[in-house]
Parts: sequence; structure tokens; C-alpha cells
Amino acid sequence: MKPKVAFFDFTSCEGCQLEVLNFEQEVLQLLNLLEIVNFRELMTERSDDYDIAIIDGAISTDADVARIKEIRERASILITIGACSSLGGVNCLKNAYPMEEVLSVVYGDAAGYYNTIPARPVSAVVPVDYALPQCPVNKAEFLEVVKALLLGKKPEIPNYPVCAECKMAENACVFDLGRTCLGPVTRAGCNALCVTWGRHCWGCRGLVDDPNVDAATDVLKEHGLTAEDIVNKFRIYTAWTGGSE
Amino acid sequence: MTHLKIDVHHVTRIEGHGNIIVNAKDGAIEEVRWEVPEAPRFFEAMMRGLHYHDVNYVSPRICGICSLAHNTASIEATEAAFGIQPSEQTLLLRKLLFHAETLQSHVLHSCFLVAPDLLNVGSVIPLAESHTEVVVRALRLKKFSNDLADVIVGRKTHPLTTVTGGFTKFPDESALKSVRPRLLEAIEDLDRMVELFKSLEMPDFVRETEYIALKRPDEYAFIGGDIASTDTGSTPPENYLEITNEYCVPHSTAKFTRHNRDSYMVGAIARYNLNHSQLLPKAAETAAQLGLTAPCHNPFMNTVVQLVECVHAAEDALAILDHFIARGVKNEKPIEKVQAGRGVGVVEAPRGLLIHDYTFDEKGYLVEANCVIPTNQNHMNIQKDFEALLPGIVNRPEGEVKLLLEMLVRAYDPCVSCSTH
Repeated sequence: MKPKVAFFDFTSCEGCQLEVLNFEQEVLQLLNLLEIVNFRELMTERSDDYDIAIIDGAISTDADVARIKEIRERASILITIGACSSLGGVNCLKNAYPMEEVLSVVYGDAAGYYNTIPARPVSAVVPVDYALPQCPVNKAEFLEVVKALLLGKKPEIPNYPVCAECKMAENACVFDLGRTCLGPVTRAGCNALCVTWGRHCWGCRGLVDDPNVDAATDVLKEHGLTAEDIVNKFRIYTAWTGGSE
Repeated sequence: MTHLKIDVHHVTRIEGHGNIIVNAKDGAIEEVRWEVPEAPRFFEAMMRGLHYHDVNYVSPRICGICSLAHNTASIEATEAAFGIQPSEQTLLLRKLLFHAETLQSHVLHSCFLVAPDLLNVGSVIPLAESHTEVVVRALRLKKFSNDLADVIVGRKTHPLTTVTGGFTKFPDESALKSVRPRLLEAIEDLDRMVELFKSLEMPDFVRETEYIALKRPDEYAFIGGDIASTDTGSTPPENYLEITNEYCVPHSTAKFTRHNRDSYMVGAIARYNLNHSQLLPKAAETAAQLGLTAPCHNPFMNTVVQLVECVHAAEDALAILDHFIARGVKNEKPIEKVQAGRGVGVVEAPRGLLIHDYTFDEKGYLVEANCVIPTNQNHMNIQKDFEALLPGIVNRPEGEVKLLLEMLVRAYDPCVSCSTH
């Protein structure tokens, strides 16, 4: 029997679901291997009977909390795709302010109509089996993880820094160009895409497990920096500090 | 007594979360409502304090489908605030990117989200077997439009090379040459898609409303220009607040807007009604083949107008691509200049008029932001269409009424999470 897969979106731009749809040709092959039973952005049919739940988006309302708990109870495997569901993503930037303030900045006098709580990753509310951060989700990595699960293997998610991949890509080091980059402490797996295209790493794949140990210490040392120094310079993807369930 | 009760909790095959509520007894409508329960993300509040480069990077995350449109509006607003005039090459590359995004978004909407209704299935998945060629062609078109953008920005969803003042990396000649044959193939694929849609019938429903879109003297506007209304004429983008008049309602986390009437419409139909005479020749011919005449007051025809825009976008993309293949793309350093001030950026996202309005301090950190999203502006028009459509269909079977209301919502190609941002 094909495993039943359900997609659910929470607080996000839905870019990760779009990336899944962007598999184009591979989508048709995947459909032979699994059965999609719930994918609101794509299909009208919906079912609450599923084995694998694939989540995008952060948790940022009371209703989100209740809904993700229900999904966790039904799914035997729960995967978060993208930076929002895996790390909280850009949504957590609002956590720097009191919720009353963000409500009134956006909605003014009508702020009382709406509910919001500090944004958090799914793992802050329920246990997550596999987290695939990146903004948007890395299609190739997603495909690899789905394939591994179908084969009954444990998917491997890198725990070394982006610098390793950046060197392989033969990019000039962003620090050598006089700019700051989160590559030394960020989990690899993106092939240093942003640096390759002339930017720096923003850390959208989250930090390596222990930035003090797993970071590219050689790069940091060369520029007289510590992991802490650079983490503190970036807050777009590192604003959630509340840990996980 | 017959009781019609519809409660579609989260309409499927649209971007984001929207509900349809209907209550009618013996044909008398007691309530009909379009609700938007999307979780807001508070971009305007949370981007405060970010450096302008980060604002340009974060703001596309308002929308995963039209991230390039947000990115461009964000950059244009920043450039307006700093008094930067981008180079001709930058403007041309941005236009090419817009064509890629318009193609990608319109194909996704027409083939994956709308076509299943017209072919009586629940999603594109069964169509992969019953209409394999249609699906393969749509996937190929989508892949091409993504790849065309990738060549310039590295990644279509949340672009990488686009910055205030220009680009951080440029495509080389071989990359541009490699997409050209695929663009020619895409133009042929579009011809066949047009053939398919000629055979499909859209629901017959007409309600005239106010239509608002950008207008430029030189071309069918996608970036920049004045904000034009079919009711009141043109106004410069800096005066957008006079047009949008945002307000809040308890049943929607997205703001609603109104201008000259209770509601107005933005998007492909609005652009077509205001700018149809500027469509390129093949697109104009396609409009005629599809039986379109301006002005168009049937919201269900939005998908058909999108197809016409796809043809226009592909036609113009080919001209731009050939320009760059002939002359090459220069390695221009982004223009850097920072000053305190306010700037407004306006573009036509695939779903309609999009406005970013920023105020920066003298070091380029964001002090205040306001973003008005296309679907924001359409929410009240969807409600008004519901109110006009329902009386004529209220005595039909529940399933039929529900489907027509859902199809109406889908016709707008709403981007709900974007509208809530």
C-alpha cells in the first residue's frame, strides 16, 4: 500500500508548498510512490487518515497550537519543511516586540479583533521527526528525505557548516570581501546558494547543532571572530530562542 | 422549508485560508460572507529597525508565489526613498523577471487551480492520467518560467541577486542563449493552452465594478507608472492612500479597501480594462480568439485574461532576451546611496496592484512601512460579487451553489496569506 501523505500550512508565505509543486516532472513520479490525501493548495479532496504529515509555516496563533497538536496525534511521521516550520522563520522577528504593539502598529484601533502569540517553530509545540529548514525548502533535500523514508532508511541531514560547501563551490569568502556572513555557524545542505549568487549567508537552515564545536572554526579564527560574535549580528532566522518540546 | 447552509472552511486550491458562509431559507438570503482567517505575520511591524538590504530580503517572504513582485516593489520603494535612479539595464532585467513571474503564476493558477473545476475533477492529480498532455505542458511551462528567473536571480522563490540599485550577479551569454529555444517552445505551449481554454466555458456572470491598475504611456504596465481607475482616472503612486483607504473588519485578518464605490477590483481584468490597447500584437490576437472584448465585467474571465497576459509576457520576454543576447549583459555595480526619507514602490503583481511604502532613517534603517497587497484590495469585491451572484443561483442544489462560489473565489486567484502579511 502506498503511504498516505498530507500537507498542512500554518503561518507562512506558502512558498514551500509552491516549491513542492515546482518539482514539475518529479511530481508525477512521486505520485506513483505515495498517495497525497490532503494538500489544500492543490486539491479539493481531503482526508484525516494519513501516515506522514508535512508541515510548512510557523505556529503563531492559539488556533495554530490546537491544530498542530491534532495533526501530531494522527501522523506517525511529522516532517517540517522550510525555515518557518523548522525554525520559526522570519515570523519570529515580531517576537522582539510586545504582541500588543505589533497588533496596534498593523491594525491600529481594530487590534482588538485579532489574536496572535509569539511565533515559534513546530518543534516548540509538538515533537518533530525530521526538520528540513531553508527558506524556501530545498527541493532536492526534500526529495531525498521522502525517498529515504519510502525505503525505510533514516534521512541524513548535515551537521557541518555552510563554509564547507562554499569552499567546494569555489566562492570568494564573504569575510575576505569585507562583509559578514553566517556561513561558519549555519547548517550546510544548500550548496552555499546565497554566496554563490553574490550575497552572504543569512542562516536560513538554522545553526549547526553546537556552534561552538561544529562551526567552521578555521574561518572564524582567521578573521578573529567567535561563533557568538556573528550569531548576534543576524536575527532574521535566529530570533526563536525558546527551545523545543 | 428548504434551508441552504454552506460553510466552506478553508477553500481549497487557493493560496492561503478563506471561508465561504451562506445561509438562506426558502430562497431568502440571510447571510453570505467571505471570511479571511489567515494568521497575520505583521511584516510592517517586524521589519522596523532592519537595514534596507534586509528589508529587501525579508519583504519577498510576504508571498511565496509572487516574491519577485514584492522584492521589486520593496527595491523600488527603497530607491525612491534614497533618490536612486536605476540603470536602463536594471529596469530591463526587472521587466524580464516580471514576465517570468507572471507566466509562472498565471500558469499555476489557470492549469492547476482553475482547470480542474472546468474539467469536473477535484485536482490536477486525476488530470495527469486523463489529460496527460495538458498537465505535462503546464508543468513544462511552469518549469521554464522558473528556470528563466533562476538564470537571473538564482532562485525564483525568494530571489537572491536583486538589490537596491541593481544586481549582485549577472547571467552570462551562454545561460541566456540556453533559455531561448525553451522560450520558443513555451510560446508554442501557450498556443495549445489557448486552444484548450477556447473549448472550456466560463460561468456567465456580469457585475461592473471599479477597476484599478497601473498605467504607463509607453507600455502595458507591470512596473511603475500612475495608479489608474476606470472611475476617476490617474493619480501618482505617492497618493496611493487616497485610492486604497484600508479598513478592518472582524471576520478578516486582511484589511479591506474601497475607493469610489463599495469595492474595486485589481488584477488581470483591471489591467486589461485599463490597458488593453497596449497589448502586444499576438496577445491582442489571442484576446480576440478567446472572445474577449474590453471592458470585461465578468470576474470568472480573469483566468482567460491571464492567458492573454501570458502570451504578452512571453512575446516581450523574447524581445528582451534577444536584446541581451545581441548586446550582452554588462557587469554593473549596484548604485549605492543612502539618505533619510520616504519612498513608494508600485508594481503589478500577477494578482494586481502592489504597493510598498517605506520610511528610512539617515543610515538606511527602516522606521515605518506600509504594504498594500492585491488580494487585500479584492476581498470586498469578492464579497460584492457573492451578493450579486447568489440571488440568481440560490434555488439550485447546494453542491452547485457551493462550487460556483468557490469558482468565483478561485477566479480572483487570491493570495490570502499575502493579503494578510
